Amino acid sequence: MTTTLTTPTPGAPAPVPRLVDQFELGLDAPICLTWELTYACNLACVHCLSSSGKRDPRELSTDQCKAIIDELERMQVFYVNIGGGEPTVRPDFWELVDYATAHHVGVKFSTNGVRINEEVAARLAASDYVDVQISLDGATAEVNDAVRGQGSFDMATRALQNLADAGFKDAKISVVVTRHNVDQLDDFKALADQYAATLRITRLRPSGRGADVWDELHPTPAQQVQLYDWLVAHGERVLTGDSFFHLSGLGEPGALAGLNLCGAGRVVCLIDPVGDVYACPFAIHDKFLAGNILSENGFQNVWQNSALFRELREPQSAGACGSCGHYDACRGGCMAAKFFTGLPLDGPDPECVQGYSEQALAGTREVPKPAVDHSRTGKRKEPVLLTLGVPPKKFCNESPV
Amino acid sequence: MVGFDPDRGWRLHPQVAVRPEPFGALLYHFGTRKLSFLKNRTILALIESLDEYDDVRSACRAAGLDGDAQEPYLRALATLVSSKMLVPQE
Repeated sequence: MTTTLTTPTPGAPAPVPRLVDQFELGLDAPICLTWELTYACNLACVHCLSSSGKRDPRELSTDQCKAIIDELERMQVFYVNIGGGEPTVRPDFWELVDYATAHHVGVKFSTNGVRINEEVAARLAASDYVDVQISLDGATAEVNDAVRGQGSFDMATRALQNLADAGFKDAKISVVVTRHNVDQLDDFKALADQYAATLRITRLRPSGRGADVWDELHPTPAQQVQLYDWLVAHGERVLTGDSFFHLSGLGEPGALAGLNLCGAGRVVCLIDPVGDVYACPFAIHDKFLAGNILSENGFQNVWQNSALFRELREPQSAGACGSCGHYDACRGGCMAAKFFTGLPLDGPDPECVQGYSEQALAGTREVPKPAVDHSRTGKRKEPVLLTLGVPPKKFCNESPV
Repeated sequence: MVGFDPDRGWRLHPQVAVRPEPFGALLYHFGTRKLSFLKNRTILALIESLDEYDDVRSACRAAGLDGDAQEPYLRALATLVSSKMLVPQE
């Protein structure tokens, strides 16, 4: 959810549980979900959540995708956040976008901008139901390209310019906050203003290839405070996807805009390119795999009946955080961030603002091995820049552009 | 922005989808991309009946809301008007 507005509770005939409590018990259908359409990507960002690069030969066909959209329409899932990989490199991408919006499923898609030429920008400007998020992780080419690859800043800003020229309203610039760009938040805002776009900032997760670079890239404790103060000052005009709830304990309840709760398996989830359903986009690992849409009789069945999701909708134990006065604000932080840094799930977030995870992070911990990896190098770690033009070495290893 | 006048007729914006939930309902506006929560079933029933009445007060009475009991509901409807979830009847 990017925006929420709560109507006042009318009257008080019967005590109504807080909305947050209702949501923790889960809904019969997600409000929105993330759908990664392909693992193929022309870039090789060092922090990619889904370790994308090569297409998976098992990726869902056009008809299989349409069947999922039909199901989402029946369940009244309001919109999907489409990502990847780079979703626009799927040959049927625009067909699927049109199919979804025609079936009352709104589309927001994330892209590095590779396909947003003048023609596509004009087409997007003509639709009322599609939102576009252009990923940018530095307000300058130097900072951005170090993470996303050489030339990616120019690619993204060219896409933003094309959208602005075509009259596309309110594109989003989507930024993952890192140690190196946290000082550029005002510059990102200025960049967004330049393209009549809205700034969206989200949290760096140690998921996918992000696990390899998290130690060097995640904001320092002092930067977390800086980020919090910036959000409190600018939060009304900046989207966060409710990403920063681990910062809630830094100030008064409600100072951060949004619901600020972990919706994994309760109000959101992830569908991956092969139809696997995970609790959230930051949790591509067997531990958070609820089931598969193809082999388990559809999405609704997985959402409503998977053992994992039922467990996530049970009251969660505060564990080691039980004695902390801020537990009610941050609820122990992000499950995926804990898991992929090797911390216990019923303890503090690795970026706990009270510093309660510092000891555990400094001690011996076992970081889980990735369960799914489509990186084009065949190995993770060292950042790989653009490999356009390199001849394909084997099936699915070709650049998708 | 149009002010909320309970003495005239209102209805849901045609781009708003209503999804009933155990706690009330979720409203999603496909135009503004805003999500709203209806926190009980009474206001859900009220909103779904709005376009059957020439004014909001009649709709409230039909939903069993009289006098002071209407006030919190009128405030909630005013909030929905300000977020464009509700629009005046033609």
